[in-house]
Amino acid sequence: MSTPTKSTKLEHYVNPAPFDPQSIENMTPEQEAIFLASQKKLMWWKFKKHKVAVFCGGFLLFMYLAILISEILAPYALETRNSKFIYAPPKALHFVHDGEFVGPFVYKFKRSRDPRTLKRLYAEDTRKPYPIRFFCSGDKYKFWGFIKGDFHIVCPPEKKVSMFFFGADRLGRDVLSRMIYGSRISLTIGLLGISISFTLGIIIGGLAGYYGGWVDLVVQRIIEVVQSLPTIPLWLALAAIMPVTWSPIVVYFGITIILGLVDWTGLARAVRSKLLSLREEDYVLAARLMGASPKRIIGLHLVPGFMSHLIASATITIPTMILGETALSFLGLGLRSPIVSWGVLLNEAQNINVVALYPWLMLPVLPVILIILAFNFFGDGLRDAADPYG
Amino acid sequence: MLGYIFKRILYMLPTLILTSILVFALIELPPGDYLETYVNELLAAGETVDPQQIEFLRQEYAFDRPVWERYINWASGMLVGDFGYSFEFQLPVRDVIGDRLFFTIIVTFATIIFTWAIAFPIGIYSATHQYSWGDYGLTFFGLLGLAIPNFLLALVMMYLAQKWFNTSIGGLMDPEFIDKPFSWAKFVSVLEHLWIPVIVIGTSGTAGMIRRVRANLLDELRRPYVTTARAKGMTEFKGLMKYPFRMSLNFFIADIGGILPQVISGAELVAIVLSLETTGPLLIAALQSQDMYLAGSFLMMLGFLTVIGVLVSDILLAVLDPRIRLQGGISR
Repeated sequence: MSTPTKSTKLEHYVNPAPFDPQSIENMTPEQEAIFLASQKKLMWWKFKKHKVAVFCGGFLLFMYLAILISEILAPYALETRNSKFIYAPPKALHFVHDGEFVGPFVYKFKRSRDPRTLKRLYAEDTRKPYPIRFFCSGDKYKFWGFIKGDFHIVCPPEKKVSMFFFGADRLGRDVLSRMIYGSRISLTIGLLGISISFTLGIIIGGLAGYYGGWVDLVVQRIIEVVQSLPTIPLWLALAAIMPVTWSPIVVYFGITIILGLVDWTGLARAVRSKLLSLREEDYVLAARLMGASPKRIIGLHLVPGFMSHLIASATITIPTMILGETALSFLGLGLRSPIVSWGVLLNEAQNINVVALYPWLMLPVLPVILIILAFNFFGDGLRDAADPYG
Repeated sequence: MLGYIFKRILYMLPTLILTSILVFALIELPPGDYLETYVNELLAAGETVDPQQIEFLRQEYAFDRPVWERYINWASGMLVGDFGYSFEFQLPVRDVIGDRLFFTIIVTFATIIFTWAIAFPIGIYSATHQYSWGDYGLTFFGLLGLAIPNFLLALVMMYLAQKWFNTSIGGLMDPEFIDKPFSWAKFVSVLEHLWIPVIVIGTSGTAGMIRRVRANLLDELRRPYVTTARAKGMTEFKGLMKYPFRMSLNFFIADIGGILPQVISGAELVAIVLSLETTGPLLIAALQSQDMYLAGSFLMMLGFLTVIGVLVSDILLAVLDPRIRLQGGISR
């Protein structure tokens, strides 16, 4: 390079070395990860931040896995009656006998009657500990109604020594075991109901949002009508339609359909408004200019845009369904025994005497509360995660 | 403004007509009719049934007519205040409903006011103390109220009320006041009983309400005008109450329409457990015995109440917020 003089212009200089833009604007590895992550990954990260939601999700997963093996988890079989322990109160689990560690055990109940009120009285006989058996054979059952078996994770110590941790009902049946069996119905009814309302909501809302015009108007009116009728009276009316002669399993499906039929309106509305607003987005216009068919636009570009939202809002409505089933069964309009759900169990606790004398019959409300809380927190977390850019 | 109200009322008509069709279809759907239930009951009781008499009744109550004809009869009767005949009570439906609808409205309104009274302060506190322990704790309690099934809570409350305050079990008043004209003592007795259903129904709605108040207020608190107010030295309390709070009130009125079906729905269930003198227990009985005009009229009335509630909330909203009026659109 020659030394510049006044007369010559500066030469246009270009550095021949290859240029890497990142050498100036360096991203930390974390930033880069966020930049390159797929939407699913972003959602997962955002969801993980919501600690309570993750915990509740785990709890729900555990509960749903547990209903697969209800027969094994329950210490007693569903219909095992024990006439000696009618309305027996919950029994305590002990570990220490006479100041000595024995492991988990129970005491025998001493029965007597109140001479005046004839109420059954149960007192613990603390002379001898009866250790609980684990991984043992106990009451016989039919696994999922097919395979015969008698294997349980926990069993009562002996036939004559009861182990009713949540008390016994009017026929001397173990409330805890019945709750475990009941979870099968109560937990699935919400899922089935939501899948019905989900399908209805997406189809009807999608039609309204896509076609617009008079279809939209009619759908809007129908939604308004269904929403203007209070849910529970509507459920009652629909449940009253089901003939008493139906078998329990048909009633079960009937109830899920009823729950779904009343509930789809909210989802349909959400789908419709989402479709309407997303239709105006630039990327949809771009796709249309490139000649994409409506089917492709809806399926590939629009639906993924709001699916996560829909799933989140569906999760939040599952509790309503579980409560709905519980309420219907409690009133005797829903499921009936021999099918057992938490609502059917609570049906036993229908009058004030139970509250006063045998409060443990209200215990099936405990899983209801836990499940509903869990679904609420889990749904909250999902909803936040559904919009990972927010 | 008048034009808006007129348009809004006109808009109500198709909704009401569709509702009446849906309700009629619902009460028509169960196989058989009231007379069949009635005959079966008589037979079960070991009494003889005269087929001719049944045939006469069938014609008398127009059970032999086609469905659409009966619908038109029922619907046009409602327009002039004739709701049909209750077979079970052997009375015109209007006489059966009477007081019960009135009590339903009382319970509903008391519940809504209770929900507001609880949800408002909590929502404001949660929004101003976002992510604090208080926020989490109060939200959790709200959710707990949502998670506990209403009917069980009603049962427990009834027991506690009986044990601690010696209130008579069930009902909206002490038994001696039923069918008596209104008096001060009756009013007091109603108040004594009213708080149980109100709390029970209220708890389930409060959680959602708290959440909505919180979310709405949070949106407002992020607006620049709040910063301006703060920069100008407005006290925190005044800065909260004067603008953001008033803005979030709008949503509140819009919410009446949404909360009404929910409250009525809850009220029906609780009423059945507590055997209140509202529409709930009668509705379920009517549905079970296929007393179709009674059940249908109840459902229709509840639907009508909701539609009116939405109408009132829309009109109030238009009064409060000129934007809605000017656009001429309908808010929901």
